[in-house]
Amino acid sequence: MKEITVKIDGKDIKCKNGMTILEAAKTDPEINIPTLCYSDKLQPRGSCRLCMVEITKGKRKKLVASCVYPVEEGLVVETKTEKVIKIRKMLIELLWPSTQHLAEEYGITSSRFALAQDDCNLCGMCVRYCAEVKKKNVVYFKGRGVNRKIAFVPGKIDECISCEECFSLCSGGYIMNEMVKLGH
Amino acid sequence: MIKIETPKQLQDLKNEVLSKRVDIKKYITVCSGTGCIAYKSPDVSKAFDEEIKKRELSNSVQVRRTGCHGFCERGPIVVILPEKICYLGTKVEDVPEIVEKTIVNNEVIDRLLYKDIETEELMKIVEDVPFYKYQKRVLLANNALIDPTSIGDYIAIDGYSALAKVLTGISRDEVIKTVKDANLRGRGGGGFPAGVKWETTRNAPGKTKYVLVNADEGDPGAYMDRSILEGNPHSVIEGLIIGAYAIGAKEGFIYVREEYPLALENTRLAIERAGEYGLLGKNIFGSGFNFNITIHRGAGAFVSGESSALMSAIEGEAGEPRPKYIHTSVQGLWDKPSCLNNVETWANVPFIINNGVEWFRSMGTEESKGTKIFSLVGKVNNTGLVEVPMGITLRDIIFKIGSGIPDGKKFKAVQTGGPSGGVIPESLLDLPVDFDKLYEAGSMMGSGGMIVMDEDTCMVDTARYYTDFLAHESCGKCSPCREGLRQMLKILNRITAGEGRDGDIELLEEIAEVVHEASLCALGGTAANPILSTIKYFRDEYKAHINEKRCPANVCNALIKYHIDPEKCKGCGLCKKNCPVDAVIQVEEKLFEIDVEKCIKCGACIIACPKKFDAVKKISEGASVGVS
Ligand SMILES: Cc1cc2nc3c(=O)[nH]c(=O)nc-3n(C[C@H](O)[C@H](O)[C@H](O)COP(=O)(O)O)c2cc1C
Repeated sequence: MKEITVKIDGKDIKCKNGMTILEAAKTDPEINIPTLCYSDKLQPRGSCRLCMVEITKGKRKKLVASCVYPVEEGLVVETKTEKVIKIRKMLIELLWPSTQHLAEEYGITSSRFALAQDDCNLCGMCVRYCAEVKKKNVVYFKGRGVNRKIAFVPGKIDECISCEECFSLCSGGYIMNEMVKLGH
Repeated sequence: MIKIETPKQLQDLKNEVLSKRVDIKKYITVCSGTGCIAYKSPDVSKAFDEEIKKRELSNSVQVRRTGCHGFCERGPIVVILPEKICYLGTKVEDVPEIVEKTIVNNEVIDRLLYKDIETEELMKIVEDVPFYKYQKRVLLANNALIDPTSIGDYIAIDGYSALAKVLTGISRDEVIKTVKDANLRGRGGGGFPAGVKWETTRNAPGKTKYVLVNADEGDPGAYMDRSILEGNPHSVIEGLIIGAYAIGAKEGFIYVREEYPLALENTRLAIERAGEYGLLGKNIFGSGFNFNITIHRGAGAFVSGESSALMSAIEGEAGEPRPKYIHTSVQGLWDKPSCLNNVETWANVPFIINNGVEWFRSMGTEESKGTKIFSLVGKVNNTGLVEVPMGITLRDIIFKIGSGIPDGKKFKAVQTGGPSGGVIPESLLDLPVDFDKLYEAGSMMGSGGMIVMDEDTCMVDTARYYTDFLAHESCGKCSPCREGLRQMLKILNRITAGEGRDGDIELLEEIAEVVHEASLCALGGTAANPILSTIKYFRDEYKAHINEKRCPANVCNALIKYHIDPEKCKGCGLCKKNCPVDAVIQVEEKLFEIDVEKCIKCGACIIACPKKFDAVKKISEGASVGVS
């Protein structure tokens, strides 16, 4: 694959065509972009929005989700602009407490909001792992908007007992607790 | 049946249809759109059929069930052609009289005419009725003339002649240039130039390309696209075929929401008929161009109208937006270049081809050309579908076409752009309506919803209503949209419940900014508009709720109480009789009072109190409310 160079936070990063900004950033240990819904085992989904960065194209600046934005030659990326920090801070508060691990770095001590769902931030890693890796589609998103929840397809939960592989992806332990609640 | 292969054959068919009509002296057109159907227009048409038959007038009079005429509030609408006599609110019982007087004796029945609200003058002809007079009906004009289930009717008004022209003599480049030169902008909300999108799709690498029609139309109160598909489906199909040819697509999809049964049926029928006549399928007009259309039924989610979500839905996935740093015009449906346009956008295309770029550009403002259809609803005298030239002022739409606000109330604001649009206050009534001006004012064109609000509307409650809609209609995929809406809704709920806190306005603004900047799709991108625009123009109303615990419009139940004015109460007792919870007490022989402890604020007493007394009032006195 063709090798290209992008500039992230002022540093020239060599990467391959077809990579995303986040993948390129991960090759440099000094660049740190926070994520909740990213896993190198899964297709990127661009849904938690914590990984947003600011890119410059010609004269225009634009906010993009780095986990899905493809690199291109000469792309200029900034991962810690004022706008980016503002968004991350708000998201940390909105997704509290699942974002507590980021609080200190972003100077946040508590959230002004309470999350409606205990520990689940709907990152969807369990859903995607079950669909993409296991090809089982047992875990799914039920409902939309503020009513969205993680759920198990009725009658198929037995598949989970012998698997449980998505537990390790779930930072809040939510998916495990849900199974326990269902009596497993 | 012969297949139409040349423009001449199309012309012959037109002549044939017209020749069958030479003896017809009068047409009785009966609106058979969804609105009028609800008013029982099918019974009216049937009664006309029977009456005409009974009087043996079938050779000279034809009853025609047409698409939506737009003045839905006053249906069923009957228009007698060629005179264009316009009868409103027609009932089955009126039918014999109409045939006797108007059809046979050329007399007009005053009772069924439109009466001007101010002058009480009777308006005989369609164009004299203010609701129609100030409109510029292009796309909707034919709705009232043709039977949407008859391809012959469409061909009789030169239907498919634009397609014939294009396929037998205009190059793909020229078609795209025409649409670009006309500056046709997308009618589905964004106002993106259609010609540019067509060109991008056409130039995108790949042999397989798709064209798509967006008829998801999920905005509450909006039904423009529905009316076009119900009333003139061939116009959309013709536009789509022309676009497909220019773009190089062999397959098209029409995404229609399942809740539109008549639109689905008429579109299905139109595709079938067009296929039978060879206007779809192989080698259309002998040009070597092949094209087919499939209807996709949408499951009725507002967010599925977003372009990437719509394409996911057609692919069989959940209708959720995808991150699209590569445009769908380059990588869309099944990752192929796909051009999605709104129903109204496609329907404009045959007109532009037939009437020319100059004609189209002669209507509208510098940057927004042509007409736009709005659904004018809410606190306005004349409600319905209105088509106006871009650039007309909001004042003209609301006060001329809409004939103003009912019951002598004062205008307060107009909400445009659907649920994620914004409100526009009285001070901006002279704003010319176009894509950019509405955007600058903190709202948007959207797909054309226009909801008029009077002085009895609470702006905080309005913001709460739309935020609630969006919080539940967001797909919930990305966190700023889902969680931001959740928290903004909580804050609005507490403000309207009288529990607003200092700093709530600023907190709303802070969340709104992030929801706007960080969301994955345009639903989140625009979701804060209702909140931001109401704060922008009605900040004092928020403050009254938060600081004084008062709802100036007397809407928010937690902040108001019901009160009987002792000066006005005549003691009739109707309020007491209608109160479901026995909260009205008789204090004197001719005087009643409301027990605020018992009162559930249902409003039954206000409705019951005779207008001439007007004694029951809602009051919001601020912190003292609730203490009687
Ligand atoms: C949440 C959301 C809902 C939408 N719903 C519709 C719709 O119902 N109809 C429509 O034509 N466009 C809708 N759009 C706009 C489409 O994404 C797209 O821009 C449009 O169909 C393109 O056609 P146009 O350029 O002809 O307007 C919606 C957009 C969003 C973000």
